[in-house]
Amino acid sequence: MASSTLTRRGLLRGVGTATVVTSCVRKPNDGKSDHPPITNVHTPAEIGPEPTSVSFTLDGKPAIVQVEPRVTLLEALRLDLDVTGPKLVCDRGACGACTVMVDGVPRNACMMLAHDVAGANVTTVAALGTPEALSELQAAFVRHDALQCGFCTSGMLVSCAALLQRRGPTRNKLTAEEVEDAIAGNLCRCGTYPHVVAAVLETAGAPPPTSRRGEA
Amino acid sequence: MNPFSLVRLSTLSEVSARMAQAPETRRLRAGGIDLIDRLKEGLEAPDELVELRAVAGDDGARMTGLAERKGGWSIGSLVTLAQLASFADFARPFAAIREAAASAATPGIRNAATAGGNLLQRPRCWYYRHVDLICLKKGGAQCFALTGDNRYHAILGGGPSFIVHPSTLALALLAHDASVVVFSPKGERTIAIADLFVPPSVDPSREHALAPGDIMVTIELPPASAAQRSTYLAVKEKQSHDWPLGEVAVRASVTGGKLSGVRVALGHVAPIPWRSGEAEAVLEGQAPSAELFARAAQAALSKAKPLEHNGYKIPLVEGLLRQALHSICEVPLPE
Ligand SMILES: Cc1cc2nc3c(=O)[nH]c(=O)nc-3n(C[C@H](O)[C@H](O)[C@H](O)COP(=O)(O)OP(=O)(O)OC[C@H]3O[C@@H](n4cnc5c(N)ncnc54)[C@H](O)[C@@H]3O)c2cc1C
Ligand code: FES
Ligand code: FES
Repeated sequence: MASSTLTRRGLLRGVGTATVVTSCVRKPNDGKSDHPPITNVHTPAEIGPEPTSVSFTLDGKPAIVQVEPRVTLLEALRLDLDVTGPKLVCDRGACGACTVMVDGVPRNACMMLAHDVAGANVTTVAALGTPEALSELQAAFVRHDALQCGFCTSGMLVSCAALLQRRGPTRNKLTAEEVEDAIAGNLCRCGTYPHVVAAVLETAGAPPPTSRRGEA
Repeated sequence: MNPFSLVRLSTLSEVSARMAQAPETRRLRAGGIDLIDRLKEGLEAPDELVELRAVAGDDGARMTGLAERKGGWSIGSLVTLAQLASFADFARPFAAIREAAASAATPGIRNAATAGGNLLQRPRCWYYRHVDLICLKKGGAQCFALTGDNRYHAILGGGPSFIVHPSTLALALLAHDASVVVFSPKGERTIAIADLFVPPSVDPSREHALAPGDIMVTIELPPASAAQRSTYLAVKEKQSHDWPLGEVAVRASVTGGKLSGVRVALGHVAPIPWRSGEAEAVLEGQAPSAELFARAAQAALSKAKPLEHNGYKIPLVEGLLRQALHSICEVPLPE
């Protein structure tokens, strides 16, 4: 990518994510907005159509991004903040590859606007664990061979992590049906579902699924 | 999506006034699932999205509340499908509401989609959703489903448009005689759910009766006796992610061995959520039996006029209706 053409993703890749999260209050070609960032979705306001700053918590750290109201949360994460865990597949809420947690609740980031998360807590797959220190759930995915091409996996993991969080101390009572319900919005064209269910039940300390077709 | 502004206002009167001023260039936004889809497809390009979720104070509390009311329920229009699906206080008399909400879309979508938005979403017909096709609904001369691929289209009440109404929640609400409370600058009014939907014979360009500046505030469920039962059933090509091929919601009470207060609603068969007076007439006042249910199912579809590719919907919906009646009356299935 030529350094003179400033696409959002290209520019931000060069700058590095850490700097972006703390200092990307402005787009490079737009110095005109001196508005303080929008910090919640309830204060009366007229936002845009020009880029406007919005602040939220992203994977535990403060984030600010300056975007037009029409920019989806998924676009802002991937293109402006270079957080590429959530994947873009259908862009219509129909596959779950873009699943993130917003205040602990799984949401399709492609069907939200970036401005919807002002003041909210956004969690992507990146906050679950690191390649060096996988979370229990991620390690169970590996053990159970719960991914093949991996394209659905970040969304799958977020839906499953949200389920485990929601069940808290009663997670050891989880059933295969509940896990299936929780991942009913995560389309896996490689058909890893039974392995995902087994991995989640093991992580939860719940009884393993009774033998099903395709079970490892 | 074309550029737009987001407008956040804190009262219903401000929102309503804003919408009434320039309805062509503004859209109300609730959960935004249907609206964002239409904007992404390029079907509409408003200048402004006015956010219902920013409404605060008493207005906001009504729109997000879920409260018991004299044995019935008042459901805020901004209550999500996920909230309805997991609402344990809907006891058996209202089971269809919970079952319908739980069956629609996917967990992530249900966490965003609101009850009001679900009722007022636009059709899923592939001709309507295609930006380059100017069908009857978009001011064109004809409904392409008549001669095109009409496997998902209407078999009842069709013409001049043959869409099927997309709302799953509407079907359960129809079976429960629900009504909606609508705010407008002139005051609030209550509309029976059956009168909310506009058949294409009246106006093919819209599916509901709300005018610019009208805002749905709550959905009201009338009280029920402890003997009331209801259920919702659907058949889909995929168990999740998918719209139904056909669906039914039924409600009735069995007292003294007889059915009363029977409501039969059929979905994905007609341009509006379809109430079957024919089936209700067969069932009302009768003793539940497998034979009675089979007759009611035949009556429900007796006026069906399938198009070239959707004749399968007749046996499919007949079967669903029989199953639903067996289920609420606890009569074992014969076969
Ligand atoms: C993968 C997938 C599968 C799906 N499957 C199903 C299914 O099986 N069954 C089903 O029913 N739906 C299904 N849907 C559709 C989804 O449920 C609807 O799009 C959603 O319920 C719309 O609600 P919303 O709050 O997002 O509405 P919005 O998109 O915000 O609004 C929809 C329309 O209603 C208007 N509006 C909203 N609220 C009000 C109000 N209070 N007063 C006045 N006007 C208002 C808006 O202006 C807009 O035109 C599916 C969607 C997806 C993506
Ligand atoms: S990319 Fe968001 S659901 Fe498919
Ligand atoms: S692992 Fe390939 S799509 Fe799920």
